[in-house]
Parts: sequence; C-alpha cells; structure tokens
Amino acid sequence: MSGGSGLHRTLFRISLAVMLQYRVASVIWMIGAILDPLIFLVVWSTAARSSGGRVGDMDPHDVAAYYIVLMLVSHLTFSWIHEVFQYRVQFGSLTFELLRPVHPIRADIADNLAYKVVNLAVALPAAAVCWIVFQPRWEPPGWSLAAAGPAVVLGFEVRFMLEWSLAMVAFWTTRIVAVNRMYYAISGFTSGRVAPIALLPGPLAALAHALPFYYALGFPVDLALGRLSPGEALRGFFMQILWLVLAGTLISTVWRAAVRRFTAVGG
Amino acid sequence: MPDPVIRVEQLSKTYVVPVRGSGLAAAFKSLVHRQTRAVEAVRQVSFIVEPGEIVGFLGPNGAGKTTTLKMLSGLLHPTAGEARVLGYVPHRRERAYLRQITLVMGQRNQLIWDIPVMDSFERNRAIYRIPEPTFTRTLTELRELLELETLLDKPVRNLSLGERMKCELAIALLHGPRVLFLDEPTIGLDVTMQRRIRAFITEYNRRTGATVLLTSHYMADVEALCKRVVVIHQGRRLFDGQLTALVQRFASHKVIAVEVAGDGIDLARYGEVVASSGGRVTLRVPKEETARVTGRLLSELTVTDLTVEDPPIEEVIDRVFQQGATA
Repeated sequence: MSGGSGLHRTLFRISLAVMLQYRVASVIWMIGAILDPLIFLVVWSTAARSSGGRVGDMDPHDVAAYYIVLMLVSHLTFSWIHEVFQYRVQFGSLTFELLRPVHPIRADIADNLAYKVVNLAVALPAAAVCWIVFQPRWEPPGWSLAAAGPAVVLGFEVRFMLEWSLAMVAFWTTRIVAVNRMYYAISGFTSGRVAPIALLPGPLAALAHALPFYYALGFPVDLALGRLSPGEALRGFFMQILWLVLAGTLISTVWRAAVRRFTAVGG
Repeated sequence: MPDPVIRVEQLSKTYVVPVRGSGLAAAFKSLVHRQTRAVEAVRQVSFIVEPGEIVGFLGPNGAGKTTTLKMLSGLLHPTAGEARVLGYVPHRRERAYLRQITLVMGQRNQLIWDIPVMDSFERNRAIYRIPEPTFTRTLTELRELLELETLLDKPVRNLSLGERMKCELAIALLHGPRVLFLDEPTIGLDVTMQRRIRAFITEYNRRTGATVLLTSHYMADVEALCKRVVVIHQGRRLFDGQLTALVQRFASHKVIAVEVAGDGIDLARYGEVVASSGGRVTLRVPKEETARVTGRLLSELTVTDLTVEDPPIEEVIDRVFQQGATA
C-alpha cells in the first residue's frame, strides 16, 4: 500500500459503496438542494420583471445564470458534517473513530466527495433542464471561467473546514441545532445564496466581503459568470486562502480542545 | 522477567455531573445556580498484567470496569494516577500505540451497516496500513477460527447478532493488536456462540501471545478464559489474584454431591440439601466441616459415588461483591 494515497483511495471507494446504497435518500436530499436556488431564481426574476426588467445590474437572464451556476457550485462545496456530528458524539460512534490511528476528518472528506460524485448524476441534468427553461445569459471571459475551477475547490475547502469546526460545538453542548440555525441564517445572507452580493445594501455587502461564506459560494459563482474584475478576483483568492489558513488553525485548535474535553467527560 | 504489558498505579477517574431537582422551580434555580456533583468512578486502582496473560476484570454494573478499559485504551483521561500500556501513556493516543491495541465493546460496532462485511475489513486494512500479505494471512486465520466464510459477502444488516459479533471480533483483530481490551464480548449471545467466542479468544491468545483484559458478567467466560481475576467494586479494587484463590478465600461452603444405596435416607443431618434428583443429593456444608462430613458420609452410609466441589463461581463472586458493598 502506498501510504496516505492508498488510504484515501480506499476510504473513497468504501464511501462510494455506502452512498450508492443510500441512493434514494441522496436523490431526495439533492432535490431539496436544487429547489433552494430555484426558489430564489424565481423570486429575483419576478422582482426584476416587476421593477422595470432589472434588479440591480441583473436582468432575469442574468439572475437565471447566477442561480443555475450557484446550484452546481453549491452542490460542489456542500457539507453536512455540522448537522450530523452530534449524533456521533452522543451515540458513541466517535469512540471507535478515536481508537483509530487516523484523524476522523479523512473519512468525512471521502464521504463528502463520494456524495458529490454520485449526485452529479442528479445535479447536472437538473442544471441542464433549468438552462433550457430559464434561458440564462452566460458570457464569461475565458480567464474568469478558468479561475472558477480552483475557486470552487478552495471554496469547498473553506466551507468544509469551517463546518467541521462548527460541528465540534457538539462536544460542549447537545443543543447544536440552535447553533446550526444561526449559522444557516448568517451564511445564507452573506454567501450569495439568498441574494447575489451585488444586490445587498452597502453595509451588508461589506460584511459579506469580510466573512468567509461568500468565498465558499458566491465568489466562485461570480467568477464563473465573469462578474468580477481581475483585481476583485485576486482579492477573492487572497481571502479564500486567508480563510483557509484561519479555518485550518481553528480546526486543529478546536479538535485538540474537543478531544481533551471528550476524554475528560467520557463518551 | 519481561516488563508488564499493562501497569496501572493508583488510577482514578472522577466525573463531574450536573445535579438538578425535578420540577419547574428546580429548572429555574439551575439557570442561575448550576450545581454539580463529583462521581468517583474509579478510585486508586492498581494492578499489572504480564505479557500473554488473560485477566478477567470483574465487578457489578457501575463498578468502574468500562471506565478503566476506556482509560487504558486512551479514550478517557485519568483524574489521578498513572497507566502505561506497552510503555505508552494511553491518553496521549499516539498512533503507534493505537495500532497495537483494540477495544471491543459488547455490541457497539465498527462495521458499516449497509455494505458487505469485507468492505469494512478493507477500510481497516487501509486505516491501519496493514501490508497485503499480512492482511491475507490474518484474514485466512480469522476466517478459519471464527468460521466467517459465508459471512464476508453479506451486508452487515443481514447478519444475526452472533454472526455480527464474530465479524466485530475479526475486524478488531485484523491489525494484529498486541493488547485486547474486551468489554462484555459475549453479551447477548446464545450459549453455543458464547462458547465459540471463548474458544476463539483462547486460540488467538495461544497463537499470537496477545495480552487480554476482559470484562464479562458471564462467569463461564471467566472460568474458561482467565486464570487470574481483578475484582473491583464501587471503583475500588477488592481482589487481585488467581481465580482458584478467589474461590478459596471467599467461598464459605463446599458442595458435596453424593449417591447412596438404599431409599428414604435423610441426608439433612449431614448438611443443607440444596438439590436432589435421581438418587443424587447435593449438600452444602461449611468449608471447615467438609472433611468431617465427608468422613461421616463414607463411614455411616453405603456411598456409591461422592464428589466435593467448590460452589459455583457466580455464588462466590456475588459474595465478593456483597462483602465489597459493606466494606
């Protein structure tokens, strides 16, 4: 076996087998994930039409492009770890993960990637149907489209690591649902999910540019659509890397404290 | 003399648990004044386990057995005292340490529910970085010892409890651990499966020289596997020694089973009759009177068969726990 890559390959293969076993549940999840941007697409298109054909700098075709791309980017950067981690702490499966000589995050990464691969089979056709129905305008410059690829990867890493850190709140409280609700609300407004950041009022847009959530979702979408200047793109990548470093530091610090707590109070 | 594999010195674990009365008033009071209580789960327990030993770790529910096993496997940080296993401090959870131990806890599982057993085995092969030839050899051995042949291709959810337990044991041993912490490994299993698991643990210990620390409420497990036992109660160690010494020290009675020629003979004058069937009578007599009673039986009656045995181990252990509770 060739060390770490062999481990990751095996973990991914096993995760894929599990995901394929849960394919119906995955498809239902995906339908929910597709409906969310679809609702905002309809809302903002209607708003544009009822206010003289535009909302901010976007007409209904721009709005359609934004939310169809967001549908795909959201799928690619999605993570659910903070929703389920508490059960691993409460019901003891984490006990066995702590007995293994590898960090539990590795298996979570494999699960996440397997989910994405399996459900591309739903996300891509859904995006194609939306493309035909809503006729988006999509004319990004080549550099911007090319830059969107790495931005999606970095966005996923930022989101995954932030939500893994958030998940660890479960070591301190069993009421993590309330924390997740708050996270969902804040990230919804500042990530570009509820509205494109360009449509937000000044102070909220400034807040969104300072927080990490935009860099995990809205930024790769804006890049893929060609809505950013090269300067804005560079700033976005800088912020992604900054948040990645901060999230990485947060995860290792919180993990050490969390394991200390877990081993103090028992699993 | 080689170094002990497990060395536990004055090991203690105290949990701090919240305390709150019932009712609305208590709920409001706890908002401003949170009260806690310290629960001493393990109190200054010391023992050592030599390489290759199988030691029974006994105690009633809540005695601190699982807490001790969790401290030894690195899942719990001791409040005081020290534990060393294979020279490592368990709660540091060094990878090199975790690769050499395993913890099997009753029916909690490592197997992945919806996919074939073999996939879970493959995952552990990757996690523990078990070289392919070693994995194949170990799997062949485990297949043979635990009769896994028909189980490996089945999804875990389709296995019976006993089958699942065999697979749990196998996955826990794939990486060839040198120390096994077994917490109620036969719980919930039928007698045949219990016997098979016991035979397996004995054989695994013989073949690999692994050290085993085992808790079980089934005394048949303890008698079959452990020459030595450590008994704890309410977090304190009550006894550490050979199982036979435990019986000698704590059994206050002997059991004499006797068959005599002739009908209607009242044996109650020799001791307490605890069972009688098919001409065979079982008597319970104080330990110090065993020789005298046996002599009387042989001289006064026509005895066709007679055996003297220790009382069942359950009875002895129960007595140990009762003494511990009042100590």
